[in-house]
Amino acid sequence: MSALPLDAGADAALKPAVAVRLPLPAAGRGGWGLSWVGSAALVVSALALLPLGFVVWVGIQTGWATASALIFRPRVGELLINTALLVALTVPLCAVLAIALAWLTERSDLPGARTWAWLLVAPLAVPAFVHSYAWMTVAPGLHGLPAGVMVSLIAYFPFLYLPVAAALRRLDPGMEDSAASLGLGPWAVFFRVVLPQLRLAVCGGSLLVGLHLLAEYGLYVMIRFDTFTTAIVDQFQSTYNGPAANMLSGVLVVCCFALLGLESAARGKERYARVGTGAARMPFKRRLGRFSALCLLLLPALLTVLALGVPLFTLARWLLAGGAAVWRFGEMGPALLQTLGLAAAGALLTTLAAVPMAWLSIRSPGRLQRVLEACNYMVGSLPGVVVALALVTVTVRMPIYQTAITVLLAYLLMFLPRALISLRAGIAQAPVELEQAARSLGRTPAQALWAITLRLAAPSAAAGAALVGLGITNELTATLMLAPNGTRTLATSFWAYSSEIDYAAAAPYALIMVLLSLPMTWLLYQQSKRTAGR
Amino acid sequence: MKLSLPSLAAAAMLAAGLLTAPLAATAQGVKPTPEGIVVYNAQHASLTKAWAEAFSKETGIKVTLRNGSDTELGNQIVQEGAASPADVFLTENSPAMALVDTAGLFAPLDAATLSEVPANFRPVHGRWIGIAARSTVFVYNKSKLTPAQLPKSMLDLATPAWKGRWAASPSGADFQAIVSALLELKGEAATAAWLKAMKENATPYKGNGTVLKAVNAGQIEGGVIYHYYYYGDQAKTGENSSNTQLHYFRNQDPGAFVSISGGGVLASSKHQPEAQAFVKWVAGKGGQEILKNGDAYEYAVGTGAQSNPRLVPLAELQAPKVEPSKLNSKKVTDLMTQAGLL
Repeated sequence: MSALPLDAGADAALKPAVAVRLPLPAAGRGGWGLSWVGSAALVVSALALLPLGFVVWVGIQTGWATASALIFRPRVGELLINTALLVALTVPLCAVLAIALAWLTERSDLPGARTWAWLLVAPLAVPAFVHSYAWMTVAPGLHGLPAGVMVSLIAYFPFLYLPVAAALRRLDPGMEDSAASLGLGPWAVFFRVVLPQLRLAVCGGSLLVGLHLLAEYGLYVMIRFDTFTTAIVDQFQSTYNGPAANMLSGVLVVCCFALLGLESAARGKERYARVGTGAARMPFKRRLGRFSALCLLLLPALLTVLALGVPLFTLARWLLAGGAAVWRFGEMGPALLQTLGLAAAGALLTTLAAVPMAWLSIRSPGRLQRVLEACNYMVGSLPGVVVALALVTVTVRMPIYQTAITVLLAYLLMFLPRALISLRAGIAQAPVELEQAARSLGRTPAQALWAITLRLAAPSAAAGAALVGLGITNELTATLMLAPNGTRTLATSFWAYSSEIDYAAAAPYALIMVLLSLPMTWLLYQQSKRTAGR
Repeated sequence: MKLSLPSLAAAAMLAAGLLTAPLAATAQGVKPTPEGIVVYNAQHASLTKAWAEAFSKETGIKVTLRNGSDTELGNQIVQEGAASPADVFLTENSPAMALVDTAGLFAPLDAATLSEVPANFRPVHGRWIGIAARSTVFVYNKSKLTPAQLPKSMLDLATPAWKGRWAASPSGADFQAIVSALLELKGEAATAAWLKAMKENATPYKGNGTVLKAVNAGQIEGGVIYHYYYYGDQAKTGENSSNTQLHYFRNQDPGAFVSISGGGVLASSKHQPEAQAFVKWVAGKGGQEILKNGDAYEYAVGTGAQSNPRLVPLAELQAPKVEPSKLNSKKVTDLMTQAGLL
């Protein structure tokens, strides 16, 4: 369900590296190698434009009269208000919470700060719809906007916590010292020096959370909160790909673009890199004092209870209540295998598809390349339901219809940015000189790319692939709409049982998803620490 | 000699059936192909799974299920047209069957299959057949409503007195089938008005089970659902229904609508004999026994088949007479979209 790369901090950290103009490999320019890579990148980017192209095309097909009747109606107004309120309330709350927690775990001597840092990221291993499943069990009356905001906050705050904590770790404390020496108190230093430096991380993380809020389906269905995504699926379930679903999908795309625009406006153009020689020293940890430490411990503790305790307690409860009967191994085995198969194939395919653009963005950046690269990110910001709706309609009369190819294509489009971001970072670290040396020794550009650069970039490619795999493992909406006949993944099996209010039978599937996601969440956590260099 | 129209039609269908599927007359003798059949299933996944497993065991024919909701799969088949991978389509309600049939995508069923089900549970044209039935009910919380306070008709729920007091699952095919019956019985204007009032009065939930759960928890006084959610939960733990009771509207009220679940064979199917055999099996003794003895609690509709004895007998429900092939899902979703319910 996710869209953009998880680690927005890494993205931000990478920007300066891209801006450095690398000398083009002489043989690459205009040679077979570049044209090969270039056309591959072009194909992937064209593919990435497919969902958006579809929305536009279907809008034109529908005609203005029908389209406006379907768009300008009270129901769409309701959904717009719901969705806007959800984003407007959840994202700032998430940001405040993430900044407070990041400060506590990174800049204070909070007891057990390292453990808390990990526990605050761990909720990412619990799929969003499992969060609301847990809350529906604990408090069945929860519904509407307040419930939506609360559960979203719990499910998504790590997306903001991760980059903010990484950025805080990276800040040069020298600036804060200067501010303090000029007479600013600790609070003023925080608000006037620290907070502005967190801007990119907060913007990136907020965008990520916002896009998730727009795309999420399962979470909001369970707590009875209607957003555009749930309404599109409702229409889909009533009419398949009827015009009403497509028009709603068009409005949702506009909402996504509005968020993207808002974020890029909020980013600003300030310089964030430190000036000066030498390395920044480690920041001091602020002493909290015993009493305030105890009080402040409550915040991460409470959040851990809500974001980890509640889902795990609920799963344990249902598993106990269901007993041995809910472990239907005959069903779970195939579901697990199909999920792993799709995740592995999807991760591999997505990573391969990201190679040409990642290589170009480092070795041969330019205006056209930037535009093409933007297409790749744009498609990742579209909700799964939009991508799936487009693919359903485009492929319905094609041989790849209802095959694994279509659903893998959807995954590719949805998770492309995750692979791209990681791969780009890896390629940036592979010295171009080695590639040139390989060329001078008679390797073709493709061989050089394969034997040198991709080998060196392999660890980051693997990290990116793992993120894609994580996304696929927990993907629900597009899988429901596109999966081949007879395919049931862990997520769709969970969904089938919980829709029949058989919460006990759904529990083992949720547990497996959490267990599968944990190692990848750990990897993400480690990666965010590495980008901070500590 | 005088031939009545129905028997002529039956003869024609018999002939058509014999032409299209010469082997199907001896359904159980169909030779299974390795790829088996694909069933687009909008019935409850667990019920069709039980059907498919028992059928496969008996005949050796492999069944692959694609699960979805009635009108989603119905519209999907229409979109797929002749290229549809589906061999058989099973629904919870009739409108989606009518939708596919209107598009001319069903093959005529064998006469032997049609004879498994009495005429009142299948359309006259014989291109699909009833496989189960379910009754509309008003489920209510016993501590919130007394029998005297119950609505006399489903139409009463549109009155201001019921504002904020009842629930339904408007995005579900079940409720949309009930609306299609209302449309057929009372016409477009009355239905549109009722839906508009519903938007004001009712709390929307996702899924009938969720409605039942909410009514049971006292979050809302009552809800319009189908009967078997209650019985299914009672048979398990009763944790979602123990505080509730069912109210049958009866009196040929639109709210007493009995919805027929349909089964049909796609004309585009390349496995006609197997597909015909599956539909016959589901409508026949094997399939109907599973309805009676399993945990689905839907009504059996086969000739001479018994429903689960816990259910209120179908004959006592005083359901309105509605021709299943006339139920119009497209009109219903349009009206519900206009009313802001979708």
